Amino acid sequence: MRALKHFIRSFTLWELLQGLAVTGRYFFTRKVTVRYPEEKTPQGFRFRGLHALRRYPDGEERCIACKLCEAVCPTKAITIELAERDDGSRRTTRYDIDLGKCVFCGFCEEACPVEAIVETRVLEYCGRTRSDLYYSKEKLLANGERHAATIDADKALDAKYR
Amino acid sequence: MLEIEINGKKAEVPEGSTVIEAAQLSGVYIPHFCYHKKLSIAASCRMCLVEVEKSARPLPACATPVTNGMKVFTHSALAVKAQQSVMEFLLINHPLDCPVCDQGGECLLQDVAVGYGSAKSCFAEKKHVTKGKNAGSLISMREMSRCIHCTRCVRFGEEIAGIMELGMAYRSAHSEITTFLGRAIESELSGNLTDVCPVGALTSKPFRYTARSWELTSHRSISPHDSIGANITVQTRAGRVMRVLPHENEAVNECWLSDKDRFSYTALHTEERLTKPMLKQGGEWREVSWNDALDYVAHGLKDIAASAGNDALAALAAPWASVEELYLLQKLMRGLGSDNVDCRPRRRDFSLDGKHAGATWLGMKIADLRHLESVLVVGSFLHKDHPLLTQRLRHAVQKHHAEINILSVTDEDPKLALHTRQTVRPSELLYALAAVVREAAKIKGVSMPELASVPENESARKIATSLMNAGSKAVLLGHVAEQADTAGLLHQLGLRLAELTGANFGFLGEAANSVGGQLLGLGEKAKMNAHQMFANPRQAYFLFGLEPELDVANPVKTVAALKAAKMVVLATPFKHAPALQYADALLPLAAFTETSGTYVNIEGCAQSFAGAASPSGESRPGWKILRVLANALDLPGFAFESSEEVLREAWREAGVKVDAEGYVSGLDNKLTHAPELKLPSSAQLREGELERIADVPIYMTDPTVRRAAPLQETPASASPKARASAATLKKLGLAAEDAVVVRQDGGEARLTLALDEGVPEGCLRVAAGHPATSALGGMFAPISVERA
Repeated sequence: MRALKHFIRSFTLWELLQGLAVTGRYFFTRKVTVRYPEEKTPQGFRFRGLHALRRYPDGEERCIACKLCEAVCPTKAITIELAERDDGSRRTTRYDIDLGKCVFCGFCEEACPVEAIVETRVLEYCGRTRSDLYYSKEKLLANGERHAATIDADKALDAKYR
Repeated sequence: MLEIEINGKKAEVPEGSTVIEAAQLSGVYIPHFCYHKKLSIAASCRMCLVEVEKSARPLPACATPVTNGMKVFTHSALAVKAQQSVMEFLLINHPLDCPVCDQGGECLLQDVAVGYGSAKSCFAEKKHVTKGKNAGSLISMREMSRCIHCTRCVRFGEEIAGIMELGMAYRSAHSEITTFLGRAIESELSGNLTDVCPVGALTSKPFRYTARSWELTSHRSISPHDSIGANITVQTRAGRVMRVLPHENEAVNECWLSDKDRFSYTALHTEERLTKPMLKQGGEWREVSWNDALDYVAHGLKDIAASAGNDALAALAAPWASVEELYLLQKLMRGLGSDNVDCRPRRRDFSLDGKHAGATWLGMKIADLRHLESVLVVGSFLHKDHPLLTQRLRHAVQKHHAEINILSVTDEDPKLALHTRQTVRPSELLYALAAVVREAAKIKGVSMPELASVPENESARKIATSLMNAGSKAVLLGHVAEQADTAGLLHQLGLRLAELTGANFGFLGEAANSVGGQLLGLGEKAKMNAHQMFANPRQAYFLFGLEPELDVANPVKTVAALKAAKMVVLATPFKHAPALQYADALLPLAAFTETSGTYVNIEGCAQSFAGAASPSGESRPGWKILRVLANALDLPGFAFESSEEVLREAWREAGVKVDAEGYVSGLDNKLTHAPELKLPSSAQLREGELERIADVPIYMTDPTVRRAAPLQETPASASPKARASAATLKKLGLAAEDAVVVRQDGGEARLTLALDEGVPEGCLRVAAGHPATSALGGMFAPISVERA
């Protein structure tokens, strides 16, 4: 009986049909593949992408140079130097993130007491050399300005869980 | 001994201990803010509340004396509740600004709040805000809202600094720590306030917003700025010195530091730092490589030695050069056949050279100063020259009612209660001390015919009686006595007084390595000492670590000799304008934090240190420069690989033994064959001349301190004035605030006159060691003054 079953199965190419059935089923179901870059997958509001330094609505930079992000960074990707600004406030004179080192763990964002450093949803950035991935304070602040609306909206969504 | 049980663990503690001390002895930590082991007990913060058996209330551990059989619980429900409640109260008005606070990461309040506080607070009202204050260039009092009113700073001022510059104003919730009338803090120990303050209310201004405590690497080192060799912790980030903190050493500096030691690091990265060897070629200064520079120096020295004789070379080192550097310099000069090496640039009297039984020192341990009952300090700007030694004496006065007697040339207040003070002209210091010796001899019933002509006076009698009656006593000679032209006689008189009274005889010490230099025989065994080598100008000078127009006894003669010399080589950490005129080669020397070496302090403790930071630019440690220069000169015996090797050879050659604790042998203030004690008749001044009293301002003592900007902004560094008493001014026909020209040895300086009743009549006080007066001559020599 088993031999007969095996004979019929191999004669009718049953396994092949089984496999083709899977193909056939997916052929008619809704497609999930997106046509990047025209189409994109959805992102969570906590997506951890490119870093940005934020400003307050009045234009004042948020970062107070407490150095907690630098201390918590597991890959030592952040370098900060600070000084007293003319108005007596504590400010960074240098705030660099080496994205070649960064593992996008998000600890810097967690450690920040003033929500200055954030990881945005931006994941499309590139560099032709390593130094292109070395983000200075100016670049990070520019990121923050460019994506201010998204960051603010994401922060608002996250607020109730904090 | 008393028996106490802390958390069920039995311990034996000495009688008179408090519970917090007993807990510390048995390894139990009790949180506290206002308690500080060196300060009196205030029991004001209430953080150290513990439960004591048979007491209904929790008791403050810092103010509760231990009784026999006491049972203490530091973690019981009652104690924990008390601690959490106190912590909640302390945090009511404390701002939550830890991220911008410089104390963040090393804050006692942060640590204790995490360890002993509760996560909840019932306080929902507005926090009380205190205005920030301006306390000068060293201490930041910008965020006084952070203050938790522990009053440690107030007690520090009263008990340690000797001057209560901070106080608590207003009451209850409105009370705040403030300087009186908003004045800047002037104490020479003020930096310690930042250590004493448990929170971020008093912080270091030069360090403000430059780094975080957790990113600093600590290195132990020794301060080169005064004779006690304070132990310091140099903290660096990425090879750069960020700040200096005290390293606790009960034998030397306890847990304190003078401001000079603490803030001198700010000079290390200034523009004036010499970072490359420089040569003057055809009248132009050019930066060159080390090879070229050493080649040039080696050839120059050799040529001059060959053409003008070995004796035409001379070397003068700073007394803050390390033992290794001094030894190598001496060896190098001897290798070249010259014996003209000295490290006592400010001395004028060398009459006792060759008669010393050993190196002169304090004669006792620094720590024992506080047990003295009677002290005579001769010729010293006490608290300016020796901030930490003065602190020890202050302790002796406050705790044991010691009688401090001062015989000096100005009446500056050393901020301690004095028993007797006599202010005399520099030339009369000798007779004033002789009068004390005479009185002591009279009390003792010893006849001293050689002093019969010395006039008697009341102060001398009081001083002699005080010394005679006390149990432990000391006669200590300061800078003025060591640098006077009667230094030898003062030394003899001091010895005589000590013999008569049974007191310890010693010196307060000129600089960080004065004792080390003497142990190596620098100068004392030389053919020409620091005075002779400039009085009889040489053809080539090697200057090591000092600035001759500021650091010598007579800048006019020294600079004249240097200008006339064929070759002047200057090894220095800093480029300074006057040197560019007389020097031919500048060799960049590593600063004290960048080199390894050894200083022998005034109590004879050899303290070695290693480099903490990398040398700035191409500067190199002094011992390496000398070693390589010796190689360039083809001198044998310079194959040293480390400064330790140099030190071993130096001690072996000098016959100095160092014991396990670091104390050296060969210290002795006695004289092998004392010359006959014969007082000269007092020198007569010419018509119109005054006697100059020259102090070296506290922040002008060495090249590093002179360039520390925060120290230069303090009131103590104000440009020097010519100070005289009203009687002197009247005689001169001048008034205070007049612009005058003072002249000395052919040099002149334009200064403003100031009224100072502390200056004896017939004297003019003009500071030395300052660029404004560097054109003047001898420190205690005649000086003339006239209207500009």
